[in-house]
Amino acid sequence: MEIIMTVLASILFAIGVYNLLQKQLLRIVVGTVLVSHGAHLYLLTMSKLKRGAPPVLEDGVTQYADPLPQALILTAIVISFGVTSFLLVLAYRTYTLNKTDNMEELRGNEHD
Amino acid sequence: MIFAIFAPLIIAILIPFLSRWKEKVHTGWLILPVPVAVFIYFVQFAGPNFEPQAYSVDWIPSLDISLSFYLDGLSLLFALLISGIGALVVFYSIYYLNNKEQLGHFYTYLYIFMFAMLGVVLSDNVFVLYTFWEFTSISSFLLIGYWHHRQKSRYGALKSMLITVFGGLSLLGGLILLTIVTGTTSIREMVSQSDVILESSYLPLILTFLLLGAFTKSAQFPFHIWLPDAMEAPTPVSAYLHSATMVKAGIYLMARFSPIFAGEPNFFIFLSLFGIVTLAWGSFMAVRQTDLKGILAYSTISQLGMIMAMLGFGTEIALFAAVFHILNHATFKGSLFMVAGIVDHETGTRDIRNLGGLMTFMPISATLALFGTFSMAGVPLPFLNGFFSKEMFFEATLANAGYGGFSDFLVILIPILAVVGSIFTFVYSMYLFFGTFRGEYQKEKVPQEPHEAPKLMLLAPFILVIGVITIALFPGFFNQGLITHAADAVTGAENNRDIYFWHGLVPAFYMSIAVVVVGALLYIFKPKWDGVYRVFPGTLSFNRVYDWGVEKLETGSNAITSRYMTGSLRLYMALLLSAIFLITTTVLILTGGANFEVNDVAPITTVEVIVAIIMTVAAVATIFTHNRIGMILVVGVIGFGLAILFVLYRAPDLALTQLIVETVTVTLFMLCFYHLPNLEKAKQSITHKTINIAISSGVGLLMMVIGISAYNSRSFDSISDYFIENSSELGGGYNAVNVILVDFRGIDTLFEVAVLFGAALGIYAMIKLRRDKGAK
Repeated sequence: MEIIMTVLASILFAIGVYNLLQKQLLRIVVGTVLVSHGAHLYLLTMSKLKRGAPPVLEDGVTQYADPLPQALILTAIVISFGVTSFLLVLAYRTYTLNKTDNMEELRGNEHD
Repeated sequence: MIFAIFAPLIIAILIPFLSRWKEKVHTGWLILPVPVAVFIYFVQFAGPNFEPQAYSVDWIPSLDISLSFYLDGLSLLFALLISGIGALVVFYSIYYLNNKEQLGHFYTYLYIFMFAMLGVVLSDNVFVLYTFWEFTSISSFLLIGYWHHRQKSRYGALKSMLITVFGGLSLLGGLILLTIVTGTTSIREMVSQSDVILESSYLPLILTFLLLGAFTKSAQFPFHIWLPDAMEAPTPVSAYLHSATMVKAGIYLMARFSPIFAGEPNFFIFLSLFGIVTLAWGSFMAVRQTDLKGILAYSTISQLGMIMAMLGFGTEIALFAAVFHILNHATFKGSLFMVAGIVDHETGTRDIRNLGGLMTFMPISATLALFGTFSMAGVPLPFLNGFFSKEMFFEATLANAGYGGFSDFLVILIPILAVVGSIFTFVYSMYLFFGTFRGEYQKEKVPQEPHEAPKLMLLAPFILVIGVITIALFPGFFNQGLITHAADAVTGAENNRDIYFWHGLVPAFYMSIAVVVVGALLYIFKPKWDGVYRVFPGTLSFNRVYDWGVEKLETGSNAITSRYMTGSLRLYMALLLSAIFLITTTVLILTGGANFEVNDVAPITTVEVIVAIIMTVAAVATIFTHNRIGMILVVGVIGFGLAILFVLYRAPDLALTQLIVETVTVTLFMLCFYHLPNLEKAKQSITHKTINIAISSGVGLLMMVIGISAYNSRSFDSISDYFIENSSELGGGYNAVNVILVDFRGIDTLFEVAVLFGAALGIYAMIKLRRDKGAK
């Protein structure tokens, strides 16, 4: 199962990177979302899947899923959420100010 | 001793305050006592019973760098030249520069230079030597560019800076290698380990670096090109830096290391070859010049080449003659520059084609120039010191023994080039004197009515000419007090050579006579043959190479930068990702990190495979969707798919968070997309598309390979058992993930909260703050 999940994460990476290389701002934002999804899945996969119960302690259960990667992913989800929402608003502002969402046209101005 | 070295620096700091009163008294008068005092301080060491002095203060003990100074004969000779000619130059400059100039700047630079130069010749520690060395480059740069409103001054200053700093840096390389080889930073200890250096495998590198440093500083062929352009500096500077002191720093360096390398075949070949070629080329080119200072610049180049060649010979007589000529050259060349400055000052031109017949107007200057030029030419008269050292030079050229191979050829070549160079030296010396002071006075070409300079302005060159004559008349006195000790320092042995005017009918005498006769004939018939310069070198010159190099360097680097710094984020992204891909793949291949052995995996179940397929389809769909609502939904599908996977993989908290976050993100997307244009079909070229596909699939594949290999090569167990075992006992909770988040690893959570807070603030600021509203 882990192999399939690794492949899935890699597909998410590849498509995220492809979106990052596009010109439209929104595609770039979508690209970052895909890459972070890929990274989260990757993290979870690397810590072995389905080895026991959810990490909520119960009497009589000896085998639990690894709680540490879950904590890490939780942190990562929240952070990438913050970054994504920031990027979205940034894209929105960029568009309203510059009247374009084409990255090739956004090349600074003569004062740079 | 340390006070003598640092005195000019201390005064240089005070000069800006002193120069405020320049309306009342010329700044030069106020600071003139400093070099005089330094000179007197050093003179007291000179004498037949000279003993070397050492002095040391800690500077950076941990790096074995201390301000250690060592005064032996060679250092004493240089220190006397620096402080003595320094005093004369300051005195001369009082009359040369008037109050309207920025005197504060001038004297500050000049005194920093004097300090640096004293430091160079007295340092025993190689790194201290290098520090002072670069100080001379910097102060020389400032002095050449003194009249910075002139384009030519700036050009000359930049050129000298680039060339001498290039040499300075290679010198640093050489000194570091010497330190590594010998394990000491003291020059004296390096000399005592001369055999270690000569046997070291670094020897070729050390020699190359040191020679580059010396050749650039002392304007040796082909690095001589900066010196003629440095003539844009005020004449006192040219007289001081570019004839007597700084350009001899390279000579000093070679003389200082001479006890180590003398007798080393490559040292002989390179130093002698470049020195003798510089001698011939410099004197040949000097005849072609029309500017008085231009002639003197090329003359300096050629005389420095002569000294450098003698240092290369490494024989006892050659080293003695080299030291002797350092003194002689400083005296006559300093006086000639000052006379050239006087001529410029009094007539308004330095172009020798416009000058002539000044003898009647400026008899004293003419007399001074007569002694200077004839001494430079090596005319055999008993009161001209130039002849003494030149004859010794001829004697030395004949006394070389080869080391086999090319050096044997060089031994034959040296006397020939020496005679040729001396003939041209004779020609330009005569040209310089007769062209300026004899012949027709061309009234219409001279901007000012010429008249004799003020008496005190003539005093400095007069003193130097007195030096020329007394050295020649009483060579024994200078020999006993100074030159022998300097030669001792260079050869590393006792010298008991006497200086005589008459050597008898030796070969060197015939060479001198030949130089005078052929030189006189060539000078008389100069108009008949000087057309040869139009053929050779014609328009060929190393300046062109330099200009071409500087220009190409600039345009080339501009072209390279504008090729990849296009401002296109896509390109930067592509470059970054390709670099990551290439580097990681190389490392993977080199270390054999890829490992596809499959073991210890969970069983495959249908539900997950279906979810994975759906997510894949959705991900692929993001590329092809051109409908913004479609795009949001597709992204949502991937996020919710991930949440389902979290559920399946026993991560309830993750699934919960992922669901909420995905919902909010989709909502946000909706909000923004409403204001954004539709995703039009991207117009991208086939090449771009191919490159994008290649990069993204490359990155994806790489991640896959790394993921699988990493999964299969686990080196130790997880530490998670600790968290499971202790979460209720130590953390007081049953949900291990939550206990980790707020208890075991609470700091992470704190800053994650800070990130969210920052993002929220940023979003608020972006929406609310619109500074440009007023402008619109």
